[in-house]
Amino acid sequence: MTSFPTDLTTAQPVEAGTDDTPEAPAAAAAGALRSGAGGTWQALRHDVGAMLGLGYIVLVTLVAILAPVLTSISGWTPYEFDQTAIDPNLGGMPIGPWGGVSAEHWFGVEPGSGRDIFARIVYGARVSMSIALSATLLTTVLGVSLGLMAGYFGGRVDLVISRVMDFLMAFPALIFMIAVLSALPAGNRSALLVVVISVFGWPYLARIVRGQTMSLAQREFVEAARAAGASGTRIVFREILPNLRSTIIVMSTLAVPGYIGTEAGLSFLGVGVVPPAPSWGQMISASVKWYAVDPAYFVVPGVCLFLLVLSFTVLGDRLRAVVDAQEGR
Amino acid sequence: MPRFLLSRVTSGLGVLLLVCLFTYLVFFALSPDPAVQICGKNCTPELIDQIRGNLGLDQPFWTQFVQFVVGIFAGRTYGEGVSAVDCAAPCLGYSFQSSQAVWDMIVQRLPVSATVAVGAAVLWLLAGLAGGLLSAVKEGTFADRFITGLTLTSMSIPNYVLALVLQYVLVVKLQWLPFPQAVPFADDPVQWFLNFVMPWMVLAIGYAAAYTRLTRANVLDVLRENYVRTAFAKGLPPSLVWRRHALRPALTPVVTIFGMDFAGLLGGALITETVFGINGVGKMAADSIARNDQPVIMGVTLLAGFLVVVGNIVVDVVYTTIDPRVRVNA
Repeated sequence: MTSFPTDLTTAQPVEAGTDDTPEAPAAAAAGALRSGAGGTWQALRHDVGAMLGLGYIVLVTLVAILAPVLTSISGWTPYEFDQTAIDPNLGGMPIGPWGGVSAEHWFGVEPGSGRDIFARIVYGARVSMSIALSATLLTTVLGVSLGLMAGYFGGRVDLVISRVMDFLMAFPALIFMIAVLSALPAGNRSALLVVVISVFGWPYLARIVRGQTMSLAQREFVEAARAAGASGTRIVFREILPNLRSTIIVMSTLAVPGYIGTEAGLSFLGVGVVPPAPSWGQMISASVKWYAVDPAYFVVPGVCLFLLVLSFTVLGDRLRAVVDAQEGR
Repeated sequence: MPRFLLSRVTSGLGVLLLVCLFTYLVFFALSPDPAVQICGKNCTPELIDQIRGNLGLDQPFWTQFVQFVVGIFAGRTYGEGVSAVDCAAPCLGYSFQSSQAVWDMIVQRLPVSATVAVGAAVLWLLAGLAGGLLSAVKEGTFADRFITGLTLTSMSIPNYVLALVLQYVLVVKLQWLPFPQAVPFADDPVQWFLNFVMPWMVLAIGYAAAYTRLTRANVLDVLRENYVRTAFAKGLPPSLVWRRHALRPALTPVVTIFGMDFAGLLGGALITETVFGINGVGKMAADSIARNDQPVIMGVTLLAGFLVVVGNIVVDVVYTTIDPRVRVNA
């Protein structure tokens, strides 16, 4: 249930609870045969929450892609210090209301350094999105392929993979991630973050893929393919994998907010993205010292992060509801 | 039953040994030079040599690992002669930076972490069960949709953001709560309680949301059972049916998750403790990261692994006593 047993609550995937029951994979697999992508989109389009979430995700993605363009319009890079925007007599407090919001600095400036918060948010979006999406991609590839292997081939393969999954899921993941990240050299932290998050993330998807594969492997169409002389690889990738599509999409969408939260949390704790590269979690971490005098400093990255996690959570939740409904559960 | 317990304990020990090996491997094989890392700032070549000798870093990996594992059960001594340091029985390592055995450091801070965990657990269980039950019996109504929306929101708000918002609003702006400061329970119970209110809330909210969803889903499943229809049909008041017939069987999965979550938290709520400056195991781990005090990080990792494994075993045992079907399957 809890993906990383810690107080990092955003790392918890949304679970309806019923997914753990043994009959759920069978029902889900059966439904997946009937549901089409078109129907799912039609149902989602009329859901206000899902569309708002999708809108915000698209916005953040665009902002991340267009970061250099946006900062050239706003006129400040994320690394430039602006001594004129802070008041040295007040310990470096931003000048102006709401943490120094002005025509010059749209989201205000960092107290102490005077760096432009808008620029840092925009570049921080790159970090958050790229790490979370890469981790999701890697987790999905690992989880799906290992889950398929365990479910289809069974026997010793299944035994080994299942044991590894049990071990990883019983592991104190967050503390261990911190331990690993703090022990390894800070070279390419982003890539390291992706790998570490994925290593502990894939069992949650693989477990479900494995269950569904096991029940799909018993179905007539798989038997027919086998009788027609199809190879094991062909059956797995051509016959079984397409039927897992909706499950994989739902599970991956639901995993993204967890990874965004994990990245931000690790950066918050100082083992994530290395400064001065901006990351939302790290910005919030830096704002802790200033929260009483300059609340805008934590509100801006906090709200951006919260909305992004919420958007993915709501979208994934609605997507699941739609897929479940199509499966007639 | 004893056989079942034995198999669980054996597999639990296996997991723990793997956790141990994994952590040890990372720290003493992958990191560039553990001695330099442990040495930290203000380091001299002599100090590095001394640490290297003390830890037996000149010996092969397996020898070091076996020494470490033996040390956990039998205790060990680092170094020789006058500079020797004793590390008594559950020796999880020795922090040369703070000149203290890691186990002693953990034991000092464990009560605080436990206080945070217990208070939060009470909050999230109450909120989660009540919210989930209400949401389920009012399925499809405004109340249900409101609670569902609330859970999604609560799940999405990062701990540390909520902590800052609460501190700003409740302490700085409204001044309803005092600035958190360490006060022992015996000195001033009221102040002590007020200090922990925010950490409890911050820690509980995410779990409360997850438990609400879990309870809702389980109660909805149970409400479709025949015996619930029978209970309604024989004229029992709905509130009684909901509490006795619907909530109770729905509790079993909650117990499972709770065991693991709670055990994990006993080993320190890293972020919550850090944000509120509570001097528990979690904050100690976070501080050790900043100081690169690796024996402490490793000790806390092992403790957390141990607690999760023990939590799992306890849950399995409790499970078999609540639900006889599990016993047959095992």
